[in-house]
Amino acid sequence: MSRTKPASDPLITQLRSVLPESCIVADAVSMKPYECDGLSAYRQMPRVVVLPESVEQVQAVMKLCQRTATPIVPRGAGTSLSGGAMPHKNGVVLSLARLRQILQIDADNRTARVQAGVRNLQISEAVQHLGLYYAPDPSSQIACTIGGNVAENAGGVHCLKYGLTVHNILQVKMVNLDGELISIGGTALDAPGYDLLALMMGSEGMLGIVVEVLVRLLPRPKVARVVMAAFDDIEKAGDAVASVIAAGVIPGGFEMMDRAAIQAAEDFVRAGYPTDAEAILLCELDGTEEDVISQVEKVEKLLTHAGATDIRLASDEKQRVRFWSGRKNAFPAMGRISPDYYCMDGTIPRKQLGNVLGRISALSTKYDLRVANVFHAGDGNLHPLILYDANQPDEFRRAEEFGAEILDLCVAVGGTITGEHGVGVEKIDRMCVQFDTVSLSQFLAVRKAFDPDGLLNPDKAVPTLARCAEFNAMHVHHGQLAHPELERF
Amino acid sequence: MSCNATEIAARVESAYVTQTPLNITGAGTKSFLGQQDVNAKPLDVTGHTGIIEYDPAELIVVARAGTPLKEIEALLAEHRQMLGFEPPFADTGATLGGAVAAGLAGPRRAYAGAVRDFILGATFINGKGESVTAGGKVMKNVAGFDLFRPMARSMGTLGVLLKIALRVLPLPEAEKTLLHEENDALAALQKMNRWPLETQAISATCWDGKCIRIRLSGSAAGIAHAKAHIGGEYADGNGYWQDLKNFRLEFFQQAGRLWRISVAPMSEPFAAGACHLIDWGGAQRWLKSDGPPADIRARASQLGGFAECFAGDLQVATFHPLEPNVLAVNRRLKAALDPAGILNRGRLYPEF
Repeated sequence: MSRTKPASDPLITQLRSVLPESCIVADAVSMKPYECDGLSAYRQMPRVVVLPESVEQVQAVMKLCQRTATPIVPRGAGTSLSGGAMPHKNGVVLSLARLRQILQIDADNRTARVQAGVRNLQISEAVQHLGLYYAPDPSSQIACTIGGNVAENAGGVHCLKYGLTVHNILQVKMVNLDGELISIGGTALDAPGYDLLALMMGSEGMLGIVVEVLVRLLPRPKVARVVMAAFDDIEKAGDAVASVIAAGVIPGGFEMMDRAAIQAAEDFVRAGYPTDAEAILLCELDGTEEDVISQVEKVEKLLTHAGATDIRLASDEKQRVRFWSGRKNAFPAMGRISPDYYCMDGTIPRKQLGNVLGRISALSTKYDLRVANVFHAGDGNLHPLILYDANQPDEFRRAEEFGAEILDLCVAVGGTITGEHGVGVEKIDRMCVQFDTVSLSQFLAVRKAFDPDGLLNPDKAVPTLARCAEFNAMHVHHGQLAHPELERF
Repeated sequence: MSCNATEIAARVESAYVTQTPLNITGAGTKSFLGQQDVNAKPLDVTGHTGIIEYDPAELIVVARAGTPLKEIEALLAEHRQMLGFEPPFADTGATLGGAVAAGLAGPRRAYAGAVRDFILGATFINGKGESVTAGGKVMKNVAGFDLFRPMARSMGTLGVLLKIALRVLPLPEAEKTLLHEENDALAALQKMNRWPLETQAISATCWDGKCIRIRLSGSAAGIAHAKAHIGGEYADGNGYWQDLKNFRLEFFQQAGRLWRISVAPMSEPFAAGACHLIDWGGAQRWLKSDGPPADIRARASQLGGFAECFAGDLQVATFHPLEPNVLAVNRRLKAALDPAGILNRGRLYPEF
């Protein structure tokens, strides 16, 4: 492949007039890493990649793209699992990776002002000496950027107690298609006018380009203890989660793994999990010493009562980290037992857990593909990992169909197709299952209010009605949607 | 009165066709906020009531917008749960829809979250009379644009709320109020700001010029630990926090305009010697002042926040003016949801 792009593309010539050469990537070899994000099954080479180094350069790029009607695909670290950063073939990939300054840390007000390309974990590291941290902790937090977190409304292991991105951001500065810099939110806890800040969260780069974010910082809990409980039946484990929460305890983290996930994790990191269990729960309690002691006692009683076959309290910080290491390495652990895996992200009402896992296991037989389940049990966010081999003909197609059936099932039991990974390109057809035409039209109207020509991250997140009509024609059986008896919230 | 969703949708649709402005009304407990269009036709939604779903173990409740808060809070209390944002006026009949639309939160707001932080999804009638659903009823959900959280503080200008799903919180095991003497505003701010670094038990703080009241929530041991750290004496608390959130403290009865100032918590005291309460650990300041409204708003803006005139003068607009480019985005969002501009026209801003 050639390192020089034919100079004939007028867009690149125009970009050179607003950006230094070092901010433009236009040759095929250098653009290759941008052809996909964390969902590597979907690939598309972009027309050009730009990496602006200042807000002014972002503004200039936006103006140019609007003038030339060029699609723009914003990109942070490219860790999206839904193809949210997959390029558009006629478009610019606008990488925010070089906007990576921590602009200000306000210890008094417990906030940090950072540029969009600052990594999630970097924020917590920068304020550690103050006893503070930034709470949302998606598993990609070493790499993912705060701008990407805003675009996806990222969650993580601790969001039942500490909230999602939307609950931990006070302000964003975004550049619109006119190249204007708009400040949304502020330093106060709320802001005048509509809550545009909430609207921006999880908008998948379709409403504007976030260049700066003011995050809330929380005091680090003094103490954190983790209880691991084993169960001989997955439904019992699900009921145990419900009983802890109904008793008024909100754990800092509350995770479940099924047998397949336990075994893979144990083989990989030796976390000390009982490999004969059908399910384990990891319940982390944090706060002050006094509160944690009383909660650990309460939780141990509740878990025993719920039928746990084994309960272990991590005796020290080392064991706590070890218990978590299995859960945190569940994804790479799958990589060891299967050439490829496809991670799903539905959320369900927790009481449906037994039902949904039973049906996922039946689907596993139907599609002849193995599946392992890790689960943010506290908030009902399910991550089934479908194991497949991309080199085997037909396996990826089967994995996709398997995944789609799981998502339809999540919607049918009152949940959603995506808890924290976003719709992207991956689940865009599933939006037609979750939302009716009127609601989708409303989303499209809102999108149009920000982007009349549909230049910002086109063909992602919200399907056109034509697309849904086509999808429904293929998927409606006997004139009815699946599960017509269920109210779609 | 319109009781069912189809009827409400039909009324909005016909108003859309005839371009008739509508004034959405609930129990009217917050009619003092914003300017009401006297020519608008009332659309009373208090008949659209009922708790549709409540599951304590799921931490969610789904109810119709006309449902009185009192009914929801009573049901939650039976299962030792609560609405984390402590909305005002439950005792005088406030409805869920009104609580969301006005977005007022009580003293727990700085420690547990705002109204919008607890909304998981909503079904509403847009300005064309169509029933739109955004969000859902599960804790984590990023499918579709977030059109449900912006319903909070929208004053009914974006849609007629029909159904709202909320996340709920467990009631704390115990609750106590501490009285801590402090007559200096700056020192009070510093203390209110520092204490949460040592304890998670604080669920409200308010300084009244003489002392700070601190509400402690959690286990008995956690509360005792917090008391030992903070210092001060236990006082009768519950009545105080109720009166604070319902605007019934003596402070609110004094003459003069009542201003709500929202600023970063450690912003310097708003005006030396002025009559004010510092709530939400410093982030919400209540000010009684007949000083020029423009000066008060300018001062709030200068501190990075904003000022809302809550009571005392109908001639003064409630809401803080928007920056031109933010106003433009607000207008476009309004037009996307209510193209004819018939829903609570002018209630939030005269421009829409």
